[in-house]
Amino acid sequence: MLDTIVIPLLKIAVLLNAVLVSVTFMVLLERKVIAWAQSRLGPMRVGPYGVLQAIADPIKLMIKEDIRPVRADPMLFTLAPILSLVPALVVFAVVPFGGDELFYVTDINVGLLFIISVTSIGVYGIILAGWASNSKYPLLASLRASAQLISYEIAVTMTLVSVILTAGTLSMVGIVEAQQQSGLWFAFVQPVAFVLVFIGGLAETNRAPFDLPEAEQELTGGFHTEYSGMRFALFFLAEYANIIVISAVVAILFWGGWLRPFPNVEALAFLDLIPGWIWFFGKMFVFLYIFIWIRATLPRYRYDQLMRLGWKVLIPIAIGNIVVTGVVKVLL
Amino acid sequence: MTGQAAAAPAAAPIFDTDELVINMGPQHPSTHGVLRLVLRLDGERVVDADVVIGYIHRGIEKLSENRDWTQIILLTDRMDYVAAATNNLGYCETVEKLMEIEVPRRARYVRTVLAELQRMASHCLWLGTHAMDIGAMTVLLYAFRERELVLDLFEDYCGARLTYNSMRIGGLPLDIPTGWDAKVRAFCDIMEAKIPEYEELLTNNRIWLERTRGIGVISADDAVGLGLCGPPLRGSGVYRDVRKDEPYAAYDEFEFDVPLGTRGDTYDRYLIRLEEFRQSIRIIRQALDGLPEGPVMGKVPRLIKPKAGETYHAIESPKGELGYFIVSDGRATNPYRFRVRPPSFCNLQGLRPLIVGHLVADVVALIGTIDIVLGEVDR
Repeated sequence: MLDTIVIPLLKIAVLLNAVLVSVTFMVLLERKVIAWAQSRLGPMRVGPYGVLQAIADPIKLMIKEDIRPVRADPMLFTLAPILSLVPALVVFAVVPFGGDELFYVTDINVGLLFIISVTSIGVYGIILAGWASNSKYPLLASLRASAQLISYEIAVTMTLVSVILTAGTLSMVGIVEAQQQSGLWFAFVQPVAFVLVFIGGLAETNRAPFDLPEAEQELTGGFHTEYSGMRFALFFLAEYANIIVISAVVAILFWGGWLRPFPNVEALAFLDLIPGWIWFFGKMFVFLYIFIWIRATLPRYRYDQLMRLGWKVLIPIAIGNIVVTGVVKVLL
Repeated sequence: MTGQAAAAPAAAPIFDTDELVINMGPQHPSTHGVLRLVLRLDGERVVDADVVIGYIHRGIEKLSENRDWTQIILLTDRMDYVAAATNNLGYCETVEKLMEIEVPRRARYVRTVLAELQRMASHCLWLGTHAMDIGAMTVLLYAFRERELVLDLFEDYCGARLTYNSMRIGGLPLDIPTGWDAKVRAFCDIMEAKIPEYEELLTNNRIWLERTRGIGVISADDAVGLGLCGPPLRGSGVYRDVRKDEPYAAYDEFEFDVPLGTRGDTYDRYLIRLEEFRQSIRIIRQALDGLPEGPVMGKVPRLIKPKAGETYHAIESPKGELGYFIVSDGRATNPYRFRVRPPSFCNLQGLRPLIVGHLVADVVALIGTIDIVLGEVDR
């Protein structure tokens, strides 16, 4: 009873709250980091150095009037934000924050497959939002989202195949353990795959330079043009939860999750004093930062250029990577 | 049942395609003011476009015909409100030409410095918004940071930061404050150091290249045919710069280059404007080095009342050729006819041919590349 119901439920409750709170602070972090990149201060008014902005924003969104356009499809219009947020939260079920059983909700033997499939559901939220708004700009955005989905999803999934080949398992915990055994993080074994998955992750989360479905300069906010208040906040939560997911997945697959650097080198054993989850959060934070950094730096791709990048560059490289990985695996 | 089916007209194809008419503006973040575009889209490709203007028409030309000659300077500020000083300059020179007033050399030098500072401020605004339209948000803040410094210089000179009212018929209302030239020099040094910063973010950026190179190509013949002026015309490789062709203020005394494009695309127009930053710095330094002593106001009659006649005079504003056509009937203290040739309006003429055939994402880039200010288009 305690092991099967109470503890998992407690873990889920803690995890969900942690994710949602960290999302609001992620927004603050993004605003701050971009502000620093742009030689300004960012939010400074709410609390010391604007720290409480992370609390003020959700409160504002929650008490805002809930507006639904008259001609929008009522059911889909409500469903869309939910559909984009729920998968982003569900994914955390299989993300291990540490090696101990305490640090993950569950470790299913097809963890990676589960992540791939659930995260791709999230895009339906965006596509449906654009369709249900019954408005032209959101419609264009949802077309873009669909085009974008097929362009990067295939490449990312194929790239992950080579990771699976290297690790010999689909379990997220198993993949980290495989890195421990081989003594090398997979970023060094599969550098190409790491770059591809990270680029794909940018596209998956609709982040710059692939933020085509929301492109505020072109589509005035894109799929969420007609959304306001809490419904809009759900999209926002989903986007940032997805960023955290991608950062976590990249940290686990390629940078050894909770492992310290060079896990098999005895000389560095003193690093074990730092608990695994700190290593993990540190790595995740680096990727979160890179996400923001890229947004502050790069212009936006056009959607035909993104598709060209996906089909003509990423997919061939991903296939080549699988072949090379397979051959090396057989020969060794 | 079969009989009925046979009698029915042929079923429409299951997948029907239709053009989407989309209204971009006047309230759209990337139309740089209140420009309205009615786009007919096939997917995301623009099949046809209607450019609708007139949302910020204030009747400045007609108003000017009921103001006396000095009051009009104030109104010219409000046309191209991001380059007020060049508007002042164009108007004052036109009236001076009409009245055959000799402007002191020092005033002409200071006017040149003001005009070139203004060109940099205007180009900063263009660079920031253009990059922002394409998604590079940091450049916007960087460019505005430097524009702020120009505005500070203007504030030092005449007290205003946007609409300066900084010139008078026959010269300048004020001599430059003590130490102002040193501040301008310091700004030139800063600006020179900051241009590579913009270039680092954009010029060799692959995404920027893909988004601008080969986008909105306009041939030299078309550019001339459409009546384009300024950077869009020079981007297509046509040598036309009023500063060189019909020198005004003190431009004939300085050395500077007129950058020309070769391909006539958005990237060329971007490079040209960046080069104009450097040339402006060069002009300002020469002007400050050779700044002559003397008065800043010429001999102007107390009552400005040009003799009957008409004149057209053009200057090179940051956006292109800014011309004033003024008719005086010789009796009234206001112009009989006042007409402006605004560069933004003429360049806007090129927008439709530029965007047809491109994608929605390019439309915002192309609005940015022709660098319009709607206050000047509608007047």
